[in-house]
Amino acid sequence: MIHVLMSSDYLMLEAPREKEFITGSEAAKEAIRRANVDIAIAYPITPQSETMQQVGYLYAEGYIKDYYRGEEEIGVMSAVAGASRAGVRVLTATAGPGLMRGMEAIVSWPGARLPSVLLVMCRVVNTPLAIQPDNVEISYLLNAGGIVLHGENQQDFYDFPLAGFMTGEKPEVTLPVAVAVDGFFVTHARGWVNMPSEDLKLPPRNCYHEAVPMMDNENPPIRISRDAPIQKSNFISYQMHASWQQEIWAAQERAKKWLDRWLGGLIEIVNPKAKTMIVASGAAVSQSREAVRQGEEQGLDIGLIKVKSLRPFPGKELDEALDHADRIIVPEFNYIGWLSKEVKSAIKRSDRVVAGPRVFGGMTMPTELILETITGIKK
Amino acid sequence: MTQGNEVAYPVVAGPEGILPPAATVMGVPLPEEGEGLVEGRIVSEQEALEDAAIALLTRKNATLFPGPLVLWGWNDHTNEKAKYFFDVANELPGIRIIPMPDYRPIYPKIDPEAVINPCHPNLTIWHNKIEACVFIGVHCHFANITLKMVRAGTNCYTIALCAEAGHEDAMCSVPNFDIEKLVRFRDAIIKVKKNGIKPLYEGKGIVPTGWAQISRLSGKTAEKPKDELLEAGVTGAFSHELETGLDDTAE
Repeated sequence: MIHVLMSSDYLMLEAPREKEFITGSEAAKEAIRRANVDIAIAYPITPQSETMQQVGYLYAEGYIKDYYRGEEEIGVMSAVAGASRAGVRVLTATAGPGLMRGMEAIVSWPGARLPSVLLVMCRVVNTPLAIQPDNVEISYLLNAGGIVLHGENQQDFYDFPLAGFMTGEKPEVTLPVAVAVDGFFVTHARGWVNMPSEDLKLPPRNCYHEAVPMMDNENPPIRISRDAPIQKSNFISYQMHASWQQEIWAAQERAKKWLDRWLGGLIEIVNPKAKTMIVASGAAVSQSREAVRQGEEQGLDIGLIKVKSLRPFPGKELDEALDHADRIIVPEFNYIGWLSKEVKSAIKRSDRVVAGPRVFGGMTMPTELILETITGIKK
Repeated sequence: MTQGNEVAYPVVAGPEGILPPAATVMGVPLPEEGEGLVEGRIVSEQEALEDAAIALLTRKNATLFPGPLVLWGWNDHTNEKAKYFFDVANELPGIRIIPMPDYRPIYPKIDPEAVINPCHPNLTIWHNKIEACVFIGVHCHFANITLKMVRAGTNCYTIALCAEAGHEDAMCSVPNFDIEKLVRFRDAIIKVKKNGIKPLYEGKGIVPTGWAQISRLSGKTAEKPKDELLEAGVTGAFSHELETGLDDTAE
């Protein structure tokens, strides 16, 4: 196995790429192959299991130093914290109820400044139990403090994890990164993915150049702990905790620069001058692209903004890109409409936002549904 | 980042109030290599170094806060950096040196003449009436939470000389602060003095604070730092001597 260390910029921006027709799980595997991951820990849950099975092959091939199945998601996410604390590059993945179970540990990562990548293959979380696509679980991640990216397709499921490792490990960021995709639509379907040679990989994590010291027992003084026991009932403790929380969200702001660099911006804009604009993330973007194309055939002038990063949220970018729009359509694969709420809170004249259409519980989103929302005409 | 005079949010000496926002959330960018950040504005590195020098020479009870990455002998680089740190200190008449040896809060009571702590930095700043300070060798997370609290509750002019990307919440910050930049900082101090900035404490040396008290707390006899040690700027004056640190459970 030849594996050559390359700079982050070379791997993401400069290395020649070739196309392959692969599933989302295979695309994630190829990202991890090139990510120089030290340890991958997970507990199986549909539709994540196939991806972690693919990652297991990488362990067998020697691309990952350690790999194991945790006892369940709280154990997994706690082990991820331990690995990241020790200074190694760590990957995990989960879905739906698994994310809910691991959430207690996951929300502790940003404050502890623990870089890692969490792949989230979204599925139904509520009763009645189902394994079908529905991305309501992302709404629970939005306030956790970590970076949250939402991939549209197989290509994103290759690019976003790599960008996630590199961004999260920047000293001024030092945060965990969740890369979510809509389960099955992305994980189990095939698409074209442009990738550089599999002989290339990222430089290793440089844990001595991050925002907090590593728990390195071989370097004195080991008592330099990041876990300040500030649980005292006085103003000083409250203020310290408040300042600590502010710093987590400030670190997200600093991530924008790096996500811009490696993802080509926090948003992508199609047909920017259209008076009717669609704003979408995840698989809803693919459906919206097709709706834009079909609308064009019908003489409709429709634009599209793909939101790649949910945290940090591109509020300023959206406000500027939507300033001219008369109507803003926000199609989503969940009941509650978390993206439309985010968009409304970020832009001026939020009454322009049409919060839908929405499908959930595993339903697909016909492009006709998006066009009907735009035209108000049912076919 | 281009240089300019626009300030999205002025980051100036406080007290600003109970809970000021993080400057980056208000639109203050981090400086790039070769630049500095002064009060929310991107400037040249040289301008930032000179502004920092003037603040340290002219404000009351200016203090250097060396953090673990300068204070402890992690490696040869740390020891070398500590030597150049003293070169800077020796150019600042009346400067105090109070270390931030680690990051855990010190309960039930900090000795504010001995240490500063990121969990309650203002106790040290208020007690010593510090009106200008330098954070150097402090991990970025702890520097940032400290800088916000200092800006919230004190009138101290904060300077963050950061080995990484810099700090928006400091009044003055220079990124990638390596030994070469420490040398340039020393030279900037010499330059502003030559250009007519009169030090507030002209004629004084380093004011003995900090390590003498830490020495006592670690079970050693407290003694005034030897003059020859201060004058020579001995390499790693802090290194390898304080392995036991402070006993924060002691009453």
